[in-house]
Amino acid sequence: MLRLSLRRRRQLLPYLFLGPGLLWLLIFFLVPLANQAYVSLQTGDPEAGYVFGWHFSTYTTALSDYHTQILRSFGYAGVATVLDLVIAFPLAYFIAFKAGRFKNVMLLLIVMPFFTSYLVRTVSWQLILSDNGWVVGRLRDVGLLSSGGRLLATRTAVIAGITYNFLPFMALPLYVSLEKVDRRLVEAATDLYASRTTAFRKVTLPLALPGVFAGSLLTFIPAVGDYINAALLGTPNQYMIGNVIQAKFLNILDYPTAAALSFLLMGVILLAILLYARALGTRSLTEAAAA
Amino acid sequence: MTWDRLRTWLLGGWSGLALAYLFIPIVIVVLFSFNNNKGRFNFTWQGFTFKHWAHPFADPDLALALKNSLAIAAISTVIATALGTFMALALVRYGFRGRGAADLFVFLPLATPEVVLGAALLALFLTMNVSTGFVTIVIAHVMFNISYVVVTVKARLEGMDPHVEEAAQDLGAGVWSTFARVTLPMIAPGVAAAALLAAALSVDDYVITSFNAGQTITFPLFIYGATRQGVPPEVNVLASGLLFVVLILMGLNVLLQRRRARRDHDAVEGLPIAVGAPATG
Repeated sequence: MLRLSLRRRRQLLPYLFLGPGLLWLLIFFLVPLANQAYVSLQTGDPEAGYVFGWHFSTYTTALSDYHTQILRSFGYAGVATVLDLVIAFPLAYFIAFKAGRFKNVMLLLIVMPFFTSYLVRTVSWQLILSDNGWVVGRLRDVGLLSSGGRLLATRTAVIAGITYNFLPFMALPLYVSLEKVDRRLVEAATDLYASRTTAFRKVTLPLALPGVFAGSLLTFIPAVGDYINAALLGTPNQYMIGNVIQAKFLNILDYPTAAALSFLLMGVILLAILLYARALGTRSLTEAAAA
Repeated sequence: MTWDRLRTWLLGGWSGLALAYLFIPIVIVVLFSFNNNKGRFNFTWQGFTFKHWAHPFADPDLALALKNSLAIAAISTVIATALGTFMALALVRYGFRGRGAADLFVFLPLATPEVVLGAALLALFLTMNVSTGFVTIVIAHVMFNISYVVVTVKARLEGMDPHVEEAAQDLGAGVWSTFARVTLPMIAPGVAAAALLAAALSVDDYVITSFNAGQTITFPLFIYGATRQGVPPEVNVLASGLLFVVLILMGLNVLLQRRRARRDHDAVEGLPIAVGAPATG
């Protein structure tokens, strides 16, 4: 009798544990998204208000009006993700296998940006890249930049800002997955006459792929939706889809278009994730993200 | 052999450059908190001064913004950490119907761009006629922090030996005393890391907050507003101050863990038989 009630209690416990948090996410994450889907099908104008009407043409209009910004977002985020991978992989590799007693200090340096405000750091880039700053001055001196050439308010500045801001999100998962690689497997490969390069390509790299996947997602997803870097380091010519959604929503009060653009953004992100997962041959998405 | 050494040097050089790239903007932030700037702008170096550090709260709007940010971070961190920790426990320790779906659902907010999260939440508040302000910011921060807490605590729980809890229950401990006296102490470092992460994300959030803030100003909102007419050096002082506080706390934590590790090591050494001690700290 007592045992039975204990067992029942054990069966109920997970739901009790899960309940409050799940409810919070349901009300403040899932319901808003569903509401957003509803809003995206409304029609009307800011003055008279919007009414629901299965108005799918908002999507096609938004796509034809803002495909430039959508493509630009994916271009910038893609380039930034690749740059981050190129910068972070050797760094993570060095920390995992070569850093010795400097390991913890180097890891601390990687997470340090998390403890300084994102905006303050981006404003700091504004200062570094400004027209009368030291960097632009030296680049003009050596002729890499023409006398009227700028760094701030260019595509380069926006991409550099995005690359900078999301670098730790690439470096940390890479480090975690490289750290897990059993060095004896690499030794076995070299013992069996694989060259260092072959051992890296056939053993280390495949074992580190979950980290590459997780890092790319953690970099690419926030980068695609970012609008801070474009707003602070670029001009309207560099505006990304996030800038459009933000302006539509907060300034122009064109809620249906903002909602439609949100779903277009999420749809393309989902597509990109699935294609990337297939290309890397990752079996389970969440498994890689947890790595 | 020389090739090996050359490669290590190249790797080390590259890593140094990468860390410098990460670090230079932060150094500039700290440096310009000591800049003796003339007028409103803080763009060029004009000499060293401590004057901004003497009056970090000179601007009352900035002081209020920071106070709001810290209060929002404290409240939302407590709520998100509590909710998220129990969710992680349920997801790792119990088999139940719908676990896979719940796992995926918790992961979804992390895969959604912030601008979408913020806009969707504001649309809901507008539809429900909820006026935005302090409370709606807290609600939003708890929402995006829950998933981070779950992921962090889950990672800790997955590295833990479940037999320890079973042993406690076999020895007659009830569900609650097992939780309070065995599980919680073991996952404490994970919970602390999750809370630290949640607090950092909350203090730093601009995008989602900007949608749901109403008339309330937070630290990031103040900075964004100030970018148009020049960010005052007091912002550099407060940002550097926050960084120093975190660094000191992390330093203390490392010292504490080292001491605890030494004590545990001594305790195990002192035992007559070798015990497969579970990993702590």
